Amino acid sequence: MNVLAIDTSNQPMSVALLKDQQLAAELTVNVKRNHSIQLMPAIDYILNQAGLLPKDLNLIAVAEGPGSYTGLRIGMTTAKTLAWTLNLPIVAISSLEMLAANLMYHNSYICPFFDARRGNVYTGLYKATQGKIEQVEDDFNTAMEEWLDELKALNEPIWFISSTDHSFDHIIKDKLGEHAILIKHSLNFPKAGVLASLALECDPTPVHELKPQYHRMVEAEAKWLEQNQKR
Amino acid sequence: MSEKNELILAIETSCDETAAAVVQGGTKLRSNVVATQMEIHQKFGGVVPEVASRHHIEQITIVMEQALYEADVSIDDIDAVAVTEGPGLVGALLVGVNAAKALAYAHGKPVIGVHHIAGHIYANRLEKEFEFPLLSLVVSGGHTELIYMEQHGEYEIIGETRDDAAGEAYDKVAKALNLPYPGGPQIDRLAQLGEDTYQFPRSYLEEGSYDFSFSGLKTSVINKLHQLRQKGDEIDRENVAASFQESVIDVLVDKTYQAAVDYNVKQLIVAGGVSANQTLRRRMERRFADTDVELAIPPLYLCTDNAAMIGAKASIKYHQQNYASLDLNANPGLMM
Ligand SMILES: [Zn+2]
Repeated sequence: MNVLAIDTSNQPMSVALLKDQQLAAELTVNVKRNHSIQLMPAIDYILNQAGLLPKDLNLIAVAEGPGSYTGLRIGMTTAKTLAWTLNLPIVAISSLEMLAANLMYHNSYICPFFDARRGNVYTGLYKATQGKIEQVEDDFNTAMEEWLDELKALNEPIWFISSTDHSFDHIIKDKLGEHAILIKHSLNFPKAGVLASLALECDPTPVHELKPQYHRMVEAEAKWLEQNQKR
Repeated sequence: MSEKNELILAIETSCDETAAAVVQGGTKLRSNVVATQMEIHQKFGGVVPEVASRHHIEQITIVMEQALYEADVSIDDIDAVAVTEGPGLVGALLVGVNAAKALAYAHGKPVIGVHHIAGHIYANRLEKEFEFPLLSLVVSGGHTELIYMEQHGEYEIIGETRDDAAGEAYDKVAKALNLPYPGGPQIDRLAQLGEDTYQFPRSYLEEGSYDFSFSGLKTSVINKLHQLRQKGDEIDRENVAASFQESVIDVLVDKTYQAAVDYNVKQLIVAGGVSANQTLRRRMERRFADTDVELAIPPLYLCTDNAAMIGAKASIKYHQQNYASLDLNANPGLMM
């Protein structure tokens, strides 16, 4: 089983290749540059490293969001098109779950999050138990402060993991004190190898139905709904 | 497949249509699939870029599959994948560009990036071969340009709008008349029932200029409507539409005619969304009837955004082996 995994949900871009279920290549780039320029050459590079051709692939894995709308669409369009045209199954996995899975051997609560601007985050709550990761609270878009109050009520240690930035470190520590563990040392970056491994255990989605999970309505749509409900 | 009969799968997602087509040898339409989002954007009174992008990604593989199916070919039969790289809405363009690259890469085919406006001009090649030198009037929601061509791939912009595009003026006047989006076809429809009674100004700019300006006209229509409403006078929408349309078309036809004469062209191509306008088509036909200039206006389905026109243009680049590399990006401000 050869798996190609793609994550372009946020500024870090990660692609990986499993060859016979084993990690053969993984490339993570965290620079300010358009994923549309980087992604295809990166895929070409890792396939070359592993000595594989696109037709040798058996499964495509993609991080479905949340994250940057544009970033998500670049990864998802590429993954969808590859899966469709090569007639391969495709598995979509939450970009937050993928990040939380970096800590899947930690037997504790894990809170992955991405900055969603103006004090908001995309987040969810996961729990790891001996290499298994399960979702406790669904991914959503919320104000960080309110979310932290909810998490505080758990009264348990929580591992916070985010690749996007560390501007929330203070408020996390303020709210949860000793119970908050902040992940650093590059372990806070998405690894497409992890995504590929998770995908092996998941059911595929019909390729035409696949779309990013934005977890936020388009502003114009939200406004339209608001105005039309008032009437 | 012989050299001149190459098959190109083309993709177009620059605005609110998700489109894919198969074109043979640059001139033969094998399939032309367009998933339009027009109704979706109607409630917003215009195209919302993020909404458009979200729809493109849901449609893209379906549309590509349909294009291959209708052409009765498989991806193995395809010689190259072409895509609109710009200009357009960046988020929308990105879906097409990345789909094209992934598709081409998966099968080791070349990718060809195409300029959207060049595509509009080349739509005509699916009907009639080009006769150089030629002049093209490109009129759409985003463009009003007179482009002179001596040979394939060479574009000289001899005139362009200094403010609003013609289609933009249509949309804004339609809005002022409380007509639904998109305004162009609505105004054309109403205008058929009215007469030029309001005599709005025609902006020809300075002597000898091939440039256009429609914002003054748009403003005077809006001011007139405002005046009438304030006085409580009845507004004859049909006459307003007819008067506005006459002003736009007079200028378009006169300037295009003058440029065609001055540049001594063999062919005039009218392209872009506004070339679907019935009155414009009729007036151009009348004006060029007694000239040696061959008038070419593509059929309606090739005037609005479609991928066949991208495939037609890409054929020229295919024979020049003018391919894009894997780092091809969307280019919303792409120049011709
Ligand atoms: Zn167009």
